[in-house]
Amino acid sequence: MAPILDITNLRKNYGATEILKDINVSIEPGDFLVLVGPSGCGKSTLLNCIAGLEPISGGQIEIGGRDMTHVSPKDRDIAMVFQSYALYPTMTVAKNITFGMKVRGADAATQARKLKEVAAQLQIEALLDRRPGQLSGGQRQRVAMGRALVRDPKLFLFDEPLSNLDAKLRVEMRTEIKKLHQNLGATMVYVTHDQIEAMTLATKIVVMKGGVVQQIGTPAEIYNKPANLFVADFMGSPAMNLIPARAQPNGQGTRIEMDCGGSAPIVLKDTRATGLPQDVILGVRPEDIAEAGFRAGEGVQEAACLIDMVEPAGADTYVVSNLGGKQVTARLHAETRAQPGQMLDLAFDLSKVSYFSPATGERLN
Amino acid sequence: MTDLTLDPARPAAKNWNRIALRWLLFTLLGLFALFYLMPLFVMITTSLKSLEEIRTGSLIAFPREVTFDAWRTAWSEACTGIQCEGLRPFFWNSVVIAVPAVAISTMLGAANGYVIAQWRFRGANLIFSLMLFGCFIPFQVVLLPMARMLGLMGLAGSIPGLIFVHVIYGIGFTTLFFRNFYVTIPQDLVKAAKVDGAGFFRIFWSIFLPLSLPIIVVTVIWQFTQIWNDFLFGVSFSQAGTQPVTVALNNIVNSTTGVKEYNVDMAAAIIAALPTLLVYAVAGKYFIRGLTAGSVKG
Repeated sequence: MAPILDITNLRKNYGATEILKDINVSIEPGDFLVLVGPSGCGKSTLLNCIAGLEPISGGQIEIGGRDMTHVSPKDRDIAMVFQSYALYPTMTVAKNITFGMKVRGADAATQARKLKEVAAQLQIEALLDRRPGQLSGGQRQRVAMGRALVRDPKLFLFDEPLSNLDAKLRVEMRTEIKKLHQNLGATMVYVTHDQIEAMTLATKIVVMKGGVVQQIGTPAEIYNKPANLFVADFMGSPAMNLIPARAQPNGQGTRIEMDCGGSAPIVLKDTRATGLPQDVILGVRPEDIAEAGFRAGEGVQEAACLIDMVEPAGADTYVVSNLGGKQVTARLHAETRAQPGQMLDLAFDLSKVSYFSPATGERLN
Repeated sequence: MTDLTLDPARPAAKNWNRIALRWLLFTLLGLFALFYLMPLFVMITTSLKSLEEIRTGSLIAFPREVTFDAWRTAWSEACTGIQCEGLRPFFWNSVVIAVPAVAISTMLGAANGYVIAQWRFRGANLIFSLMLFGCFIPFQVVLLPMARMLGLMGLAGSIPGLIFVHVIYGIGFTTLFFRNFYVTIPQDLVKAAKVDGAGFFRIFWSIFLPLSLPIIVVTVIWQFTQIWNDFLFGVSFSQAGTQPVTVALNNIVNSTTGVKEYNVDMAAAIIAALPTLLVYAVAGKYFIRGLTAGSVKG
């Protein structure tokens, strides 16, 4: 299938400052692409470049097989939902939604029909005569979505659309956006700084930092095989444990040794990893450390650790210990009898771990 | 300060203090108001007296016999130099100058402010600074160059010439007003409209102008007051038939022979000042705020 959005070698400078460096992304029709990264990473700028609201300094943007690099936003066949919603304050909800059609000269009957469809889809029929000032945050959000949906574009662009909503509403709207994507089969590009939003919504994630793409992949790839320390740390909550360790070839596999507070170092044996340098950073997700006896399988290795803290969280209990000079969080079952200040046997699932180079931060395995 | 209700739990003495303070305040404010209204009072009463009464009576006394003769004289009979038609023709001159000049300068200011605030082009700040600078150039400095310009354009001494001068001089202020209003409107609105397919003028017309009522009112009041009250441009760039009311008022006051007709002068002054008062009274209530509420995040 031909890509619906194809970005090649995109660069963006403000004066001498490079905002985006050599971005290459391409998505298929029906994809849900999420651009995620900390604030200032250039993700919103990239979205604005795709929309044509910011000129680019180099490279090319193709939408639907057409070169759109120098095409104005209105001719790119896109619709956009803004973080601030950007509803036209003097127009009613209905006028807000039909404004784009009116500008493009659609006849009144078409406008009315599409307005009705979209209003039904988003359940905002009762709000059509109100002005944005009379709506709640969630309602404004819906209207902003309506304004995009009514256009039926090739590409939907979302710029942090949920970040002004309270936590409960955000989760609701997130589900709704996902449902919308599934029902419409539309192609979407979505900017967020919230890695959970990225994981739940995306079919494809682009992790960015400092204007550079760190990794592109499916949510599972990004989560299970982060390309570098930044991605490993940024994606997932609680974050991946990144433990300085020493590696030594040992028969078929590798012997991994981690300092453990005052007591003797912990030694694990990874039977798969080979060719690791002497110093590595071991990345292991909290859910890949269990209480001994609760996790079995190839690659599971047990070791006793001193528990510093126990944090019950309802469904799970997080325990914190200290390995390699770092706080290490393990996600145990809720009924664990772990006590702070006591030793506990933990099971490390080495089949799921990542190794990173301390020097470059890149993934090694 | 606004809470006048007496709190029963409070000691009575404290309440008495509060009441006394409030009365003191109101008395003081009342005195100031009287002081400021005094000249207007004198003008109105004097304009309603006969010359005979002005000569014999006290300045601040009420008229014994109310007569509108002075008003009629001021409006249609008083002499401005050799012509004796009162203020009427000049009043209409002022209307014909002020209305288009206010309208044009306000529209240009809105367009300029929109461009400078929302379409940041290279040099936008420089152009805005230069326009601001225009606000601070004293009238006297531009008199000669402007006279030359008007001559070259064939507008010397004409009403279109005066309209032109006032529009040019007003653009700096009107641009400043609109620019400062439009920078508070989130740029996302422009972006959203662009994605919706609207162009430069469509966005201005459909989105910015409907939002602009409060600032339009402010600008119109300001411009109308400036242009109506202008004397220097009026006296410099007009000729016999095109003088504005301020110039005519001056001529009425200065060209009486023999006895000074204070009642006519006062009536003429009030007539000349009425339109600006009227604009405040009518437009003041349209000072609506919060029209942009809801465009941004909740």
